[in-house]
Amino acid sequence: MKETLTFRQAINHALSDEMAADENVFVFGLDVPDHKRIFGSTAGLLEKFGPKRCFGTPLSEDAMTGVALGAAISGLRPVHTHIRVDFMILAMNQIVNMVANAHYLTAGQLKVPLVIRAVIGRGWGQGAQHSKSLQSVFAHIPGLKVVMPSSPQDAYGLLRSSIRDDNPVIFLEHRWLYDASGEVELETKIPLGRAKIHREGKDVTIVSTSWMNVEAMKAAEILAKRKVSLEVVDARTIYPLDGETIIQSVKKTGRCIVADYDWIFCGFSAEVAAQVSKACFGKLKNPVERIGFAHTPCPTTRPLENVFYPSAVTIIRTIEKMLGLEETDLSGETFYSWEEKFKGPF
Amino acid sequence: MKQTHSVSISKEKALGIYRKIYLARKCEEAIRSEYAKDQMKTPVHLSNGAEAIPACVLACLAETTKTFGTYRNHSLFLAVTENTDRFFGELYGRVTGCASGLAGSMHLTAPESGLFLTSAVVGTTIPPAVGASFADWYRNSGNYTAVFFGDGALEEGAFWESLNFACLKKLRILFVCENNELAIHAHVRDRQSSRSALSTVSAFDCHAAEAPGHLPQRIMGAARSVIEKMAGDPKPAFLSFDYFRYLEHVGVHEDFAAGYRSRPDEKTLREKDPLTHAGIWARSQGLGEEEITNVNRTVDAQIKQSIEKAKSAPFPSPSMLFEHVFSANG
Repeated sequence: MKETLTFRQAINHALSDEMAADENVFVFGLDVPDHKRIFGSTAGLLEKFGPKRCFGTPLSEDAMTGVALGAAISGLRPVHTHIRVDFMILAMNQIVNMVANAHYLTAGQLKVPLVIRAVIGRGWGQGAQHSKSLQSVFAHIPGLKVVMPSSPQDAYGLLRSSIRDDNPVIFLEHRWLYDASGEVELETKIPLGRAKIHREGKDVTIVSTSWMNVEAMKAAEILAKRKVSLEVVDARTIYPLDGETIIQSVKKTGRCIVADYDWIFCGFSAEVAAQVSKACFGKLKNPVERIGFAHTPCPTTRPLENVFYPSAVTIIRTIEKMLGLEETDLSGETFYSWEEKFKGPF
Repeated sequence: MKQTHSVSISKEKALGIYRKIYLARKCEEAIRSEYAKDQMKTPVHLSNGAEAIPACVLACLAETTKTFGTYRNHSLFLAVTENTDRFFGELYGRVTGCASGLAGSMHLTAPESGLFLTSAVVGTTIPPAVGASFADWYRNSGNYTAVFFGDGALEEGAFWESLNFACLKKLRILFVCENNELAIHAHVRDRQSSRSALSTVSAFDCHAAEAPGHLPQRIMGAARSVIEKMAGDPKPAFLSFDYFRYLEHVGVHEDFAAGYRSRPDEKTLREKDPLTHAGIWARSQGLGEEEITNVNRTVDAQIKQSIEKAKSAPFPSPSMLFEHVFSANG
């Protein structure tokens, strides 16, 4: 059954479907049952499933993460929710020392079917503590899976798979994507660990995460007018990583840019660059390039925010340099299309 | 808080409690004599002085009780399982260990017997213990959870966050503080400004009691008093048991010469010894010398045999390094 849904509706639908399918699934976290319902993504769950299975918590991110772990090893399937990934930093002891280790340290006797949802990325002057994405930090820890959907279909299908997974999954949802709309095949569960080719091309492979897929598609559209053909590969899951799909694409195009929605230094883009450089060494026509956040805290003021976050323009300029092309005149182009839908303050 | 509860139990149960305390002590003593051989390559935090606390608290609870502990978990593991093969197997890093050698002394667990998690980071198993208790609340099972931790955990935010949530949800969980007044080498007077942990905790909506941690009768009296209250008025309980840490924080030696504390006189050392009191208490429950001697002899043989087995058991193969990072379903 197909429906046209926004990204937030797709998340909501996946949660509702999993809660209906399995009474062990519950959804909790700060703000989860309030009138705003995590930007609408938890709407209706309290009414449908009651306060036992959908509830708010004290402001105790660390302990609540441990509570989720304790519930998970007892056979429940918690979905812990953070309205901003920055709050997860408070829970790093539980996530890194306990959640990621519990299966290993019991030699596989305990299972941890736990999903931690967190909203990431740019909003509207969010500043340094409401703007991160941190996938590289989480993916660095053995025992955690990290998922970053970029479309309503992927949000729906990957969230359902994440809830059914017997391992801890960090599920990162970009704030601007919440308004993205698209057809969603309901009941489709998308397996973790498979990249997706959004657009086939022959000149340059762009490996993108989360919102950067939107920017990469825009760049591809503009560069197509100059007969430059981009292949846009959405990593979709950071761990486990579908290196094979990425490598096959780069072997075809001979060029690779990693457009990661995170800091560059020691980040996911370095991991992909290393894997691609090794696997495609003889086939690369140019060194792998990396695009990501500036190596600064996120500034609040708009002009600096525009410099901090990478965009389609960053991708276009990087490709022009890589191919030795003149800079395209972008004055007639419209960028940040989803932001036009976004209204502050949060 | 004075405990007036009288605890009457069967001779068989009394013998079982005595056996667990004796077992824990003798296992620690065995580690002390074997450790210098450098075959047990895992930092040990021995329970000497605290052996009676888990044995006696768990004696007041059903076998289905879920338990959580710390890196000082030997007496808890042994009280829950009495399985010295799995215990020494783990300390020697062998496949016969409770986690095939992946965990070591600081992470002994026995999920099949309800001992879920132990941790080397203070306070860290308290939140998941609350989560396990939450799961029982969610399923309306009426089951209990007991989480054991030291007095240092009272300085961790995780304890207060967990206590608050457990009280809010009226969970059937026992927060059991094994209070030796030391966090590594720092005395509680240098770490805590609360005049009384018990009264601070009592400001939350929970039951609370305390007792000396070396006296079986008093431990069970305190435990039973809160468990009885929890039956009629489900909410968490906080139990605090003082005990004397006989040995160094980590390792197998006494450390009275280190300068941060002085050696008590022999009389005090004897008076704080839970094994001595367990023997006195067991006899007061009607157990005869022969029964006690039999238990001692059986346990001694069991430990000796388990150590021999562990030493000859295989180490995990290199491929096992990667085996349990993720569960296969997913």
